[in-house]
Amino acid sequence: MNEVANTPQDFLPLLVIVVVALAVAGIVIVLSVLLGPRRELEAKSEAYESGIRPFADTRRRFPVQYYLIAVLFIIFDIEVVFLYPWATTLHNDALKKVSLAAMGVFMAVVVIGFVYEWRKGALDWD
Amino acid sequence: MVPLQAYLTLAAFIFSCGLYGALARRNAIAMLMAVELMLNAVNINLVAFWRYGPNREDLAGQTFAIFVIAVAAAEVAVGLALVIAIYRSRKTVYLDEIDLLQG
Amino acid sequence: MPELPVEIPIPTPHQAVFIMVAVATSVASLLVVTNRNLFYSALCLVGALFGVAGVYVLLEAEFLAIAQVLVYVGAIATLITFAIMLTRGIMFGTTSPNNRHMFAVMSMALLVFLLVAGLVDRVPWAVAEDLTLSGDGKSLIVDLGWEFVTTYALPLELIGLLLLIALVGAVMLARDDE
Repeated sequence: MNEVANTPQDFLPLLVIVVVALAVAGIVIVLSVLLGPRRELEAKSEAYESGIRPFADTRRRFPVQYYLIAVLFIIFDIEVVFLYPWATTLHNDALKKVSLAAMGVFMAVVVIGFVYEWRKGALDWD
Repeated sequence: MVPLQAYLTLAAFIFSCGLYGALARRNAIAMLMAVELMLNAVNINLVAFWRYGPNREDLAGQTFAIFVIAVAAAEVAVGLALVIAIYRSRKTVYLDEIDLLQG
Repeated sequence: MPELPVEIPIPTPHQAVFIMVAVATSVASLLVVTNRNLFYSALCLVGALFGVAGVYVLLEAEFLAIAQVLVYVGAIATLITFAIMLTRGIMFGTTSPNNRHMFAVMSMALLVFLLVAGLVDRVPWAVAEDLTLSGDGKSLIVDLGWEFVTTYALPLELIGLLLLIALVGAVMLARDDE
């Protein structure tokens, strides 16, 4: 066991939460299977539409705009991954300019894509 | 401490799962998911070699893993857009039915 | 008391957690490629990617673990789910999810795993004697930031370009032009 580097141990509460969450979910599912009555009714198998009878197939296709928003999200998610370690470098005054320039170019390039998607009207939900 | 070999074996298993899925699945989206598994297996190797390697000051392993994550994200974005475009014109996502170029 | 013929190794907490995470990740990734329902496959993929994040934590690459959860579990899994919903309808049919090469590919994948796993045990890896990490996770992130703007500045800009191309390409391909 590695005694000096203590970081994995710091994640122990997270692991406990995951285990507890899985255990609670599992217990609830097992209990409902064991104790709950099982009656097959037609109303039960219908899609739940807040009490209204479903009038169309729920398995219809989604508008493609959802996908385009998700693509935008993924691109800027990546940008955040690079921005986070980069932000810590700004304490160093001597090399601040290099750091700012490198990330400035990176962000400018990515923002071009954002402007393109915006201008192209891909974000409009008519 | 967990031996390096344990991490490498885990990565090999995940990679083999991905290899099987990428070659055997008919659905294009399932194939892309399998490719993601393979990329993750590679990333585990990179980070494990960084952690167990002789020079841990050199962060090449971790940096490379982050670049792999970024490239994987771009690959998924374009790959799934391709699948959606093919679905729209051919009404299928099964790879063995997309055979327009086959003589 | 008679001596046990084989000494049963008692795993340390670190090893026990590794075994848990490794088993969970392996099972999840196996389910990703074997599940007939694509939606369950996607859910198992989330589990597998989360397990890989756990492996990064065990390898003391915390920033990578965060990036993994942020990008893979948060964004890529969402994207895959959206793509499944965009192309569903024929997804839940009765046709086979695997192509006709399934068994050949399965034996090949098994062979690859056995080969690599066998090799891993035999190669004399240049593992460092002293495995303690100097510094804490915070200094590691600062170092990572410096790597991005100095040694890996060009790859960083290229990644920016790649993301731009991917964004434009995805918009061009996926947009409805009706």
